Amino acid sequence: MRVLIVEDDKETLDFIAQGLSESGHVADRAADGKEGLFLALEGQYDALVVDRMLPGLDGLSIIQTLRAEGKTTPILILSALGEVDDRVDGLRKGGDDYLVKPFAFSELLARLEVLARRRDSEAPETRLEVGDLQMDLLSRTVTRAGKPITLQPRELRLLEHLMRHSGQVVTRTMLLEKVWDYHFDPQTNVIDVHVSRLRAKIDKGFDYPLVHTVRGVGYMLRDRKETT
Amino acid sequence: MTGKKLLRSSSFRLALAYVALFGISAIGLLAFIYWSTANYMRQQADETIETEIVGLAERYQLTGLAGLTTSIRERVGRRPVGSSIYLLTDGLYNPIAGNLDRWPQIEVDPEGFTEFPLNLGAEEPRHIARAKPFALPGGFFLLVGRDTYELEAMQSRLVRTLSWGLALTVGLALAGGLVLSRGQVRRIGAINDAFDDVMAGDLSRRIPTGSSGGDIEELVVKLNRTLSELEKLVEGVRRVSDSIAHDLRTPLARLKTRLERLRHGSAGADEVDHAVSEADKLLATFAALLRIARIESGERRQAFASVDMTALIDDVAELYGPLIEEKDKKLVLHNAPNIRVLGDRDMLFQAVANVLDNALKHTPADGRVELDLGARESSVEVVIADDGPGIPANERDKVLTRFYRLDTSRTTPGAGLGLSLVAAVAELHDGSVQLEDNPSTDGAPGLRVVIRLPRL
Repeated sequence: MRVLIVEDDKETLDFIAQGLSESGHVADRAADGKEGLFLALEGQYDALVVDRMLPGLDGLSIIQTLRAEGKTTPILILSALGEVDDRVDGLRKGGDDYLVKPFAFSELLARLEVLARRRDSEAPETRLEVGDLQMDLLSRTVTRAGKPITLQPRELRLLEHLMRHSGQVVTRTMLLEKVWDYHFDPQTNVIDVHVSRLRAKIDKGFDYPLVHTVRGVGYMLRDRKETT
Repeated sequence: MTGKKLLRSSSFRLALAYVALFGISAIGLLAFIYWSTANYMRQQADETIETEIVGLAERYQLTGLAGLTTSIRERVGRRPVGSSIYLLTDGLYNPIAGNLDRWPQIEVDPEGFTEFPLNLGAEEPRHIARAKPFALPGGFFLLVGRDTYELEAMQSRLVRTLSWGLALTVGLALAGGLVLSRGQVRRIGAINDAFDDVMAGDLSRRIPTGSSGGDIEELVVKLNRTLSELEKLVEGVRRVSDSIAHDLRTPLARLKTRLERLRHGSAGADEVDHAVSEADKLLATFAALLRIARIESGERRQAFASVDMTALIDDVAELYGPLIEEKDKKLVLHNAPNIRVLGDRDMLFQAVANVLDNALKHTPADGRVELDLGARESSVEVVIADDGPGIPANERDKVLTRFYRLDTSRTTPGAGLGLSLVAAVAELHDGSVQLEDNPSTDGAPGLRVVIRLPRL
């Protein structure tokens, strides 16, 4: 994927760009708001990483301008802790996701991949399928290898999120945000227990596991044929 | 307190200004009294002279020159020498009767009066006569007057009396000002002394309070309260920085050791994971610290909205339920319907989750944690009660401060920030956190945390 990073802090900029190229992606850099807007308007990107506070033109203005110009490139907003952390404001102005500094690179990458992938599948779906696991989004039923699996509502939402992003790493924070809709830091890994219950229901007794733990980062739902 | 300090004090200066103002008005008043009194006395004297002239003129008309001469001689003999002046002359100003030996050189004013020096012997001061000349029919002249010495003497006595009065008034006012400002200066001096000590580093110093009441006392009480708050804050900052230095040094040192082992190739892949998780924990601690700081700054209030607490408590229970079961503990939920507060949904969730996390860490296996949401008339109470070891009464305030950990919980994970975040969130919402023993346990004291929030 091709990503434009608009960030005035050189260290963060290098850190993200280096991480992206090490993961096999292409990263373009812009160190101030105006340059960032220019590149974003001119180039073709799969995703943008935009810092909120920028010299010249601030991040939210860039996003508003891009959206006004009809650009739909997914945008991940970066915000430093200590700044007014107005996630809602950022998302309302056209950002697609929000990440607070300091962050782990794996978290950023996972989110970017989800954002870039989302563009491909914007058509409304009625069925999700990963390997022999199937979810009917209308009747909210799940089967694996033809066998019905009973899930609690929250487990269903958890599985749906994992299936929508199959083959991608989903971090615990992302799950809290997307499945539970809370932005907070649990002091214990509450998510792990939920995932292991889900895992017990959809993997136990079947030929191969679909839910994989990505150590230090999060989880991934993956068919055995798929690779990261 | 030195005299110089007193003279420089603002209250004394104020008193001085009052004295000056008072003095000026007193001078004005006394000048007016003098002027009107002197005027009145002169008028009285002039009227007496006029009356006498009229009387003498009538006498002349009735009894002729001889009668007038007798009358004048009588009057001169009766009056004390010098106080009344009479002179009757012929047309050539040759004296006929009276107590002046010759007609003086005179010029009359518009009212017909004249003033001239009297030669009543050589003694000083010189006497001045005030008199009125009168032409009698038949070519005679009459001069009737008064020695003004008495009048002058009385006027100067009046001036003296009034001056003394003025001096006394100003003196009393000055003395009063001094006495009054001395009290003020002493109080303000005490405030100054106390602040000198505070600036020199003694933050525990307080201004001695008096019993007089009044605005200065009120100021002193407020200043003392400000000093207490300042001391508390400085103490807090000191404790936090001490704790940061102390509590973060250990994991940093561990991290360093792991990294060094990695460089020497003496560690496996496990070591990398350990190092990463060590770094994660450090980052989490810093994030928690920053989050508390940001909550305390109050800026999140701008984003406050109506929060469905009933749903929030259900969500907490739902999120933590499996974890609690996993640990063989029991969560008992009592939720009340339709309860809303004005606040930040994520912050409130974090606060409740933190207390719940805490309860889970400290309850024994097969322990029981209660999560209650209840509503009072104007407040909402979230109660999290456990049957763990509890917190001694004297430590309850401390565990709400940053990095404070009970000795007994040193071994459990955590940085001692969880409950201080809860306190910060409660305060942000104009609520409070209360820690108490859990009365519904039978063995251990247990802990009951009550988060009280204003109801919407």
